[in-house]
Order: sequence, then C-alpha cells, then structure tokens
Amino acid sequence: MAATQVIRSEWTKIRSVASTVWTLSLAVVVTLALSMLISALSANEFDKLNAQDRSDFDPTFISFAGMTLGQLAMIVFGVLVVSNEYSSGMIRTSLAAVPQRGTFLFSKVAVATGLALVVGMATSFAAFFLGQAMLGEHRAQLGDTGVLRAVVGGGLYMTLIAMFSMGVAAMLRSPMLGLGILMPFFFLISNILGNVDATRKVGRFLPDQAGSRIMQVVTPVGDDTPYGPWGGLGIMALWVIAALGGGYALLKRRDA
Amino acid sequence: MRSSVACMIELEGLTKRYGGKLAVDNLTFTVRPGVVTGFLGPNGAGKSTTMRMMLGLDRPTAGDVRIDGRHYDRLTDPLKYIGALLDAKAVHGGRSAHNHLLCLAQSNGIPARRVHEVLDAVGLTAVARKKAKGFSYGMGQRLGIAAALLGDPQILMFDEPVNGLDPEGIHWIRHLMKSLAAQGRTVFVSSHLMSEMALTADHLVVIGQGRLLADTSMAGFIAQNSRSYVRIRTPQRERLLDVLHEAGITAVESGSGVLEIDGGKPERIGELAAQHHIVLHELSPQQASLEEAFMQLTAESVEYHAHTDTPARPWGADWQKGD
Ligand SMILES: Nc1ncnc2c1ncn2[C@@H]1O[C@H](COP(=O)(O)OP(=O)(O)OP(=O)(O)O)[C@@H](O)[C@H]1O
Ligand SMILES: [Mg+2]
Repeated sequence: MAATQVIRSEWTKIRSVASTVWTLSLAVVVTLALSMLISALSANEFDKLNAQDRSDFDPTFISFAGMTLGQLAMIVFGVLVVSNEYSSGMIRTSLAAVPQRGTFLFSKVAVATGLALVVGMATSFAAFFLGQAMLGEHRAQLGDTGVLRAVVGGGLYMTLIAMFSMGVAAMLRSPMLGLGILMPFFFLISNILGNVDATRKVGRFLPDQAGSRIMQVVTPVGDDTPYGPWGGLGIMALWVIAALGGGYALLKRRDA
Repeated sequence: MRSSVACMIELEGLTKRYGGKLAVDNLTFTVRPGVVTGFLGPNGAGKSTTMRMMLGLDRPTAGDVRIDGRHYDRLTDPLKYIGALLDAKAVHGGRSAHNHLLCLAQSNGIPARRVHEVLDAVGLTAVARKKAKGFSYGMGQRLGIAAALLGDPQILMFDEPVNGLDPEGIHWIRHLMKSLAAQGRTVFVSSHLMSEMALTADHLVVIGQGRLLADTSMAGFIAQNSRSYVRIRTPQRERLLDVLHEAGITAVESGSGVLEIDGGKPERIGELAAQHHIVLHELSPQQASLEEAFMQLTAESVEYHAHTDTPARPWGADWQKGD
C-alpha cells in the first residue's frame, strides 16, 4: 500500500467535510480578533505600568494573546479530524480500505498537520503584524532579536496543539470525550496549575505552557523557567510524540 | 498467485471471544467462487463478527482467515480483491457520495472514473454531490454497495444487504448478487431469512451461537430438509391403517387422529380409500418449509427465544449434538 495513495485519500477526506473549514476559520478569526483587542488595550495601559512591568513588556508575546482562545478551535480541529471516523462509523470502511493501521493514522495526521501548519503560520504572522499595528509606538519589529523566532514559533505552537489533540483523539475515539477532556484542560486546568505556586513547577512542563515559551521575546525579571524557547517547544513535541504513539499503539491493538 | 486458493475465503478454526462471551466458535469452512454462498444464522449467531474478522477489522482470538491465500492486511490495495458492505451507516454523513467513494478509490489506487461507473451502476448518479446524511436507508445501502464494487473485486461480501429495503431494492440486490456470481466471482452474503437465501444462494453455511451447523449446497439442504408428506384425517383410522399396510405404505400417527405419510402420493391413497369405502375428512399434500427446517436446525442455538411455540424435539437435534 503506497503511502502517497493514502495521503491523497486523506486529503480528499479532510477537504470534503465542513468541520475542517469552520474549525480552522474559527481559529484564525478568534486569534486575530482577540490579539488585536488585547494589543490595543495594552497600548493604552502602558503609561500606567510601573518600571518593572515596563521592562517586562513584551509586545510580540502580547500580539499572540488571542491564541489562548484560538488554540481551542485548533483542538476541535485536531479532535474532529480523527474522531469523526469513529462517530460516523467510517473507521471500518477506512480500515478495510487501508488495513495497515500505521499508514492510515500517520497519513491522516500528516495531512491534517500540513493544513494546521499553513493555517497556524499564517495566523501567527497575521496576529503579529495586526497586533503591532495596534501597539503603535510600543511595537516590536520582525527584525528585532528573537522576534522572527517567536512568530514562527507561534505557528509551530498552533500546529503542535492540533497534533497533540489528534493523538489524544486517536486514544479516546469519541469526539465528546476528546473535547470534554482537552478543552477544559487547556482552558482551565493548565492555567490553574501554572498560576498556583505549589503546582507551578509541574505546570510549566505541560504541553501548552512549555510550548508557548517560544513566543516570548522578553524574559520577565526573576524568571526561573528551566528551559529556553526551543527547549520548551521540544517538551511540547515530546507530548505530541507520546500522544500519537499512544494513539497508534491502541489503534493497532483494538478491534475496529 | 496459487490457483488453488484464487478468490476463495478460507476460515480455519476461527474463534472470537469478547470478554467472557464466545461470539465465534472454531469456524472452519471455505467460500468458493462462481456461486452465491449464503451465510445464515439467527440474531447474535456471530455472522457480522465473522465478517469483520475476514476484513481484518476484529482480531481473531484463535484461528485464521485467508483471502486468496493471504491475510487481509497482506493484500496490496485490498479493495481490488474484496469488496464488502458491512454497515450502510459506515459513512461520514457530511461527505457527498462522490467524495466518499473518491477517497476510498484514491486510497487503493483506483482511477476516479470508477467512482462515476459505480455510482451509475447503483443508480445514485443524480445524488452524487449530495451529503450522505440526507440519504434514505435504501440509498445508503446502495452507496455501500457502490463502495464494495469500486475496485472491481473478485470477492464480494454483504452483511444483510436486504435489511430495510423495499421490494424493488430487494429484487435489485438479488439480481446483482446472482449476476456477480455468474461472472465467476465469489459472493458471500449473510441473512437470517432462509426464504431469502433459498431464492439467491447456491451454497449454504449455517451457524448458531458461533458454531458451524451446516455447510451444504442449497439443493442438498432443500432435498434433506423439505420433507413432503400427505396428511390424512379419517374417522376409520384402524381400517385405513390396515389397508395402507397391505399396500405396503407406512403411515405415522401424529396425534389427534391425524396420519402422515412420508413421500406418499395423495392420488394413490385416495383411490385406495375409495376402493375400501373409507371416509376421509382430509387428504392434503404437505411441504415442510425451509424456514421451518432452518428454525429447527438452529433451535437449540437460538440465544434470544421469544418463548412461544418452540418445537419440543427439534428436527436434526440428533446430528447437531454429534460434535
Ligand atoms: N464488539 C463486541 N463486544 C462484545 N460483544 C460483541 C461485540 N460484537 C459482537 N458481540 C457479541 O457477539 C455475538 C455475535 O454478534 P454478531 O453481531 O456477530 O451476530 P450476528 O449474527 O451478526 O447477528 P445479527 O443477525 O443480529 O446481525 C453477539 O452475542 C454479540 O452480542
Ligand atoms: Mg449482524
């Protein structure tokens, strides 16, 4: 079974369902709208900040603020791409056509990842430029140290979040279960763990917190995070590998 | 390709256990080309489970199933070897019929024009661009059959294809299966209706509670199981018995003054009675239906009895026990 055949097939699948379009458009619109809003508010607030906060002011990172919400749409995209197969019963038709389950899963993930990368990267660049436009005199330039890395990193972050969701969905199968676990996790639990002193040291190893480090250009004073921007993205990538590996192991073993 | 196994489905000791439940129990049989093989069994007998294992979807607990001499996942582009309709609902409802078939075709390197051909063959061309969730049950069934035909496979498998279809749809499927077999293909179709199988199948595999109960030609099954007999009621029972005995005809009493004569000719019996001035209240040729034969064959293995008139001593019970 040629993998290129399966990739073409998965491309046909992904472009022929409405959920692809609405989840990805939602990711773009929500990220951009919220990023612009928060950038504009931050520009107004700047004068009221104390010296410490001014030196920590990170215009690049602020212009990605919308991703906290936009990533939820990416999660929905990643979950639905995989669990649609199960909720519709299509999985049996799919696996009868492609009995090599590894080829099936990784072709699907590759196609969805490619799409998420294009959309995520475009969103990241757009969020940066629109956000900087809102920030006016406090803006950063793409040529400044670390800024291009942060913007490219924002696109990678969105992509990895989608991939992680695909892996989790492959393990859980049901879309309701997948969304019911991932959405509150990334929207609430990760934030709580990251903001409570007792759990902060653990929380910062969670995929979203580790991964979002790459979007920071200014390191806050007194920051003791034990990894750098690429280290953080690496930790997130390990989570992704674990999720996809788990999904593959279960898919291979289970009855369809 | 080894010609001895070409286009065959071979099961060997196939067994599937779900937790504590033995769904398929040591099935060994072969499905051959050129004929329609009916796969018969009551609800929960294990037909669908067996078919899922044939397609590599469920892993056998023990035993083996081979397509064309190979395991399913060893087939390159399996849709070109075997096409299956398992469940008409196994379609993403948001996808159009055309795109559903297109993605399947692409995964097996089947040219896109085949999509149009099979849509045409099942009569769905007009709704090719419509989303599958708007389809009626019969249209969904046709879409599933289109997917099975997509790779022009030599082996076809249908799980209860006539379920929920109108008479026209049933007629169409029967004709389709017969013509596929006439082209020399292997056709394996499950059902729980003996009468349906009698019209389409040439060969019969019967299972009950996962176990093989019969593997026989349809003609053989009919010959063996459709007992024809003459039923007689008479107020002069003793006298008739004597007359029949003299003529060398054996009659069996089957309660409430009814006599049954296996394979007897009603004309001959009527003439004999007339000669001896015996009054008959009934003289009727009877044919045990295949449905009855099937019910009796599987009676012991039916899991979900409706607790009505189950036969006290099922016919064929003696050889079911001979394992
Ligand atoms: N995934 C599963 N998990 C647990 N038990 C199962 C599973 N699939 C089937 N079974 C059980 O295995 C038995 C055989 O089921 P199967 O669906 O194969 O029967 P069937 O012959 O197709 O019946 P029907 O005529 O109703 O379609 C049933 O008792 C069923 O409850
Ligand atoms: Mg069934």
